[in-house]
Amino acid sequence: MKSSTARTPWFFLTPNLVIFGVFTFLPIAINLYYAFTGGVQLYPKDRPFVGTENLATLLDCGSYLDPASCKKDIFWRAVWNTAQFSLFQVTVMVLFSLITALVLNRKIIGRGFWRGVYFYPVLLSPVVVALIWKWILQREGVLNAVGVAVGVPQTLWLAEPGWAMFWVIFVSIWAHMGFYTLILLAGLQAIPADLYEAAQMDRASPWRTLTRVTLPLLLPNLLVVLVLAAIKAVQTFDEVFVLTGGGPGSATTFVVQFIYQTGFQEQVRLYGLAAAGSLLLAVALIALTLLQLKISRAEEAGERAR
Amino acid sequence: MSPIKFLTRTRNGRSLDWTDWMSYAYLTVGLFLMFGPVLWLVASSFKTEAALTEFPPSLLPYGQKAVAVPGEEKPKPVYRVKLPDGTTKELPEVRRIGLVATHVDPAKPEEFIRVNVNDREPVREFRLATENYTDLAGKLKFGTYLWNSVFITVVATLLTLLFNSMAAFALSKYKFAGRKGVFLLILSTLMVPPAIVLVPNFLVISELGLLNSLWGVIWPAVATPTGVFLLRQYMLTIPDELLEAARMDHASEWKIYWRIVLPLAAPALAVLAIFSVMWRWNDFLWPLIVLSKNEHFTLQLALNAFQGDLVTQWNYLLAMTVITLLPVTIVFAFLQKYITQGIASAGVK
Amino acid sequence: MASLELKQLVKEFGSGASMVRVIHGVDLQVNDGEFVVFVGPSGCGKSTLLRLICGLEDATSGDILLDNERVNDKRAADRGLAMVFQSYALYPHMTVYQNMAFGLENIGTPKAVIEKKVGDAAKLLRLDALLERKPTQLSGGQRQRVAIGRAIVREPKIFLFDEPLSNLDAELRVSMRSEITGLHRRLGATMIYVTHDQVEAMTMADKIVVLRAGKIEQVGSPLELYNRPANKFVAGFIGSPQMNFVPVHAGHGDTIVTAHNASFTKPTQTRPASGTELTLGVRPEHLSLQAADGALALPMTITGVEQLGGHSLLYGTLPGAGGKDGPRITAQVAGQVSTRIGDTATVYASADTCHLFSTADGETVVR
Ligand SMILES: Nc1ncnc2c1ncn2[C@@H]1O[C@H](COP(=O)(O)OP(=O)(O)OP(=O)(O)O)[C@@H](O)[C@H]1O
Ligand SMILES: [Mg+2]
Repeated sequence: MKSSTARTPWFFLTPNLVIFGVFTFLPIAINLYYAFTGGVQLYPKDRPFVGTENLATLLDCGSYLDPASCKKDIFWRAVWNTAQFSLFQVTVMVLFSLITALVLNRKIIGRGFWRGVYFYPVLLSPVVVALIWKWILQREGVLNAVGVAVGVPQTLWLAEPGWAMFWVIFVSIWAHMGFYTLILLAGLQAIPADLYEAAQMDRASPWRTLTRVTLPLLLPNLLVVLVLAAIKAVQTFDEVFVLTGGGPGSATTFVVQFIYQTGFQEQVRLYGLAAAGSLLLAVALIALTLLQLKISRAEEAGERAR
Repeated sequence: MSPIKFLTRTRNGRSLDWTDWMSYAYLTVGLFLMFGPVLWLVASSFKTEAALTEFPPSLLPYGQKAVAVPGEEKPKPVYRVKLPDGTTKELPEVRRIGLVATHVDPAKPEEFIRVNVNDREPVREFRLATENYTDLAGKLKFGTYLWNSVFITVVATLLTLLFNSMAAFALSKYKFAGRKGVFLLILSTLMVPPAIVLVPNFLVISELGLLNSLWGVIWPAVATPTGVFLLRQYMLTIPDELLEAARMDHASEWKIYWRIVLPLAAPALAVLAIFSVMWRWNDFLWPLIVLSKNEHFTLQLALNAFQGDLVTQWNYLLAMTVITLLPVTIVFAFLQKYITQGIASAGVK
Repeated sequence: MASLELKQLVKEFGSGASMVRVIHGVDLQVNDGEFVVFVGPSGCGKSTLLRLICGLEDATSGDILLDNERVNDKRAADRGLAMVFQSYALYPHMTVYQNMAFGLENIGTPKAVIEKKVGDAAKLLRLDALLERKPTQLSGGQRQRVAIGRAIVREPKIFLFDEPLSNLDAELRVSMRSEITGLHRRLGATMIYVTHDQVEAMTMADKIVVLRAGKIEQVGSPLELYNRPANKFVAGFIGSPQMNFVPVHAGHGDTIVTAHNASFTKPTQTRPASGTELTLGVRPEHLSLQAADGALALPMTITGVEQLGGHSLLYGTLPGAGGKDGPRITAQVAGQVSTRIGDTATVYASADTCHLFSTADGETVVR
């Protein structure tokens, strides 16, 4: 309106923009700088430019499939752990979320209550989640008690690499599936009821209704959920860090933990290497995000066509 | 209606078929899997330190009975003792040397009874070890951690509501060059997870002198793309005519924001407030980096530190964990509907 | 108390290729104490013009003069006008009292004064019993009165109303109409009122401004517009049922000839050349079933009859060229009729009630 009010929107935007600028955009710039400088100094001024040395160190591998052949073997172990974790966690979790959403979408009594049951762990902090399960999985824990009762020997569940990975995936699914269930349930409820009635009139069996009506219509939501879950999975850190500390050995060390350790836990803090690691993680995340954008764009186009 | 009929009724009045039974079976297993671990944690947190080391553990907090003995400071554990005359009696133990334990009858404190440890067994009783909780008050600087967590959560949530609603107001109620650009810029920060900017943010925080300060956790958290988005979408539904009427009423732009738009956006603000409380209360990675001094720990950091200690005092750790999950649980119990609706509509957490 | 003058007012929205001009150079004079009504079809720019006057939109060019002072650069709040919105725009979270008091509080009016003013306005509008209610607890008419009350307490120079009655049912509209005119009389204030309901315009206005596509078509008192429309658009817009239009052409002398070769004599000042295409306009209420000397005979094939008791409406078509249906005609005749669908009935229009418009540009040739 009046010229005096032309500045008003910027007045209201300033606090947010300043914070985003200082704590998001500026750090992105600094991160790039870190990734191409070396040394152990925190101040950018004091850091010698090393070009792509950090990236080269991370990428220096005999064979990418074999972390032992890499210069930074821990990084590649983390990469492969993350990949394995993400693959299983995402597929199993989305599958169970889907089943749960389908069940909750039926005409059941007390839907709100059941929905709450599955959603509750989502709200727990990662530390609490990890402690709850650590307590169950410990040597004298309730799981071993039940195991002994049915004849399974007492096991240190988190001290064996295979089991540790299994439980990390399990706990992560336990903690997060409620969120994806909720999104899928919203998608299911958006499917108009008259379609089901039409299918009923067409004498479609429940199974055919599911595979030919429900799932095709839910597919866009399902794809979005898959990508969202993948974006979260590759960033997994907190629960695992508290539950296993990345161990035994490096069996459950993931990429974010590598960044955290390299930058903050080691005696010699290699900020450059950590920054280079996060740069590579960012590339993976951007790829996933673009995938999501593409899916939702296709979805929008489909919606308009409908 | 008979109870069976009542339990097996369905929404549309048909009787249950096998798919319904399957559904309820699935849900019941889910109930056990999802709530069981939390209940187990809560039950365990009421066990005594001794009971916690039992294997196999008892389901409920059973512990050894203890009674006060005159002349002794602490309550003493009670055993069922086989006396030399062949009778058994429940007596507290005052001390034990090797295989010989000394018991005393509180009624006759001057008379000591020595028995072999094989001739007695502990007396167990149902007892809630509330001392796990009450002791916390004085121990482990628990109060400090609680205060830190509460301070961060409350202050960050208030600032989040203020700043995000201001930005949302500008983006929904003004037409200005660059509006779309700013909105996209803010949304794009959704794609920058904290893990990516961990290292440089550490530098920024230390340059600002916020290292080991609660404000170092608060400031970066108070501008959230999710909040701006949520509030903007809501404010778009507030008719512009209301703002124009207020403008005709001599209201300043700030007053329009504060007196008209904010009150009307209350439902969306409530949803964001709930989210913000959850986020800040549960934060871990970022506080872990900013707060390295014990006295600045939040509950989450303290929990993490204690579980890593060499000798974990599980009884206190469990109690502290329960206290940590309590606020979230209470919020959830009362506001479940809003939380789930908010998430379903915004697709964020 | 104020007068308003608009000079060559132009409003454009957007810029560059997407620029649209919505108001095309409007000149208007509104005198102190007048009740002026803007009418026009939907989208013609009535609301935009009102918003320009009160300062919610900035004029692209031209002047807005309030009491002979240019106010283009004053903020809406500082122009001293009050607006009653179509949606009422009552603050939903405030009570009736707070809604009315908000504007006064903003300019730091003492509490006692606010209470007095709000109390007076509430009494005037019969809202005294509702002051503690929220807008959602009010009926449509009550909300409307609160919106007006909010305007009154500010003692504005000019009241602006944007279709204030369009959300009300027909009955309430009639009663609110007289309430607003009554208010105008009591306060003696200048009021500008937007509507696209021409009955509202006719019954309330001292002066009607007919707008079309961002231009003023005619300004005048209701009867001036009814009796002497400046062009075919105004003639068609004012009056209900709508004026009938019949294509005709000029014959020799003062004769006017219709397509079905009926003719009558109508003196015109300009006397268009013989053969010029003209449009004849005659209002339904000026048609009669009684033949009269020199009246134009219009033989209608009846397609519809509405008996309303006191009067009847006949719908029909005139014979057209080559046996096809000609223009549609509506006639409003006194009393009750026995005419049926399919009948032919001849209605008569006396020359002095007929209007002639140029077919080329719609301008009035003669009344
Ligand atoms: N902000 C805007 N940007 C672009 N065009 C606009 C804007 N506001 C109004 N217009 C256009 O200006 C024209 C006039 O709009 P206006 O609201 O003044 O019509 P109106 O006469 O009040 O109609 P109605 O009787 O339907 O309320 C319309 O064509 C509308 O599309
Ligand atoms: Mg309008």
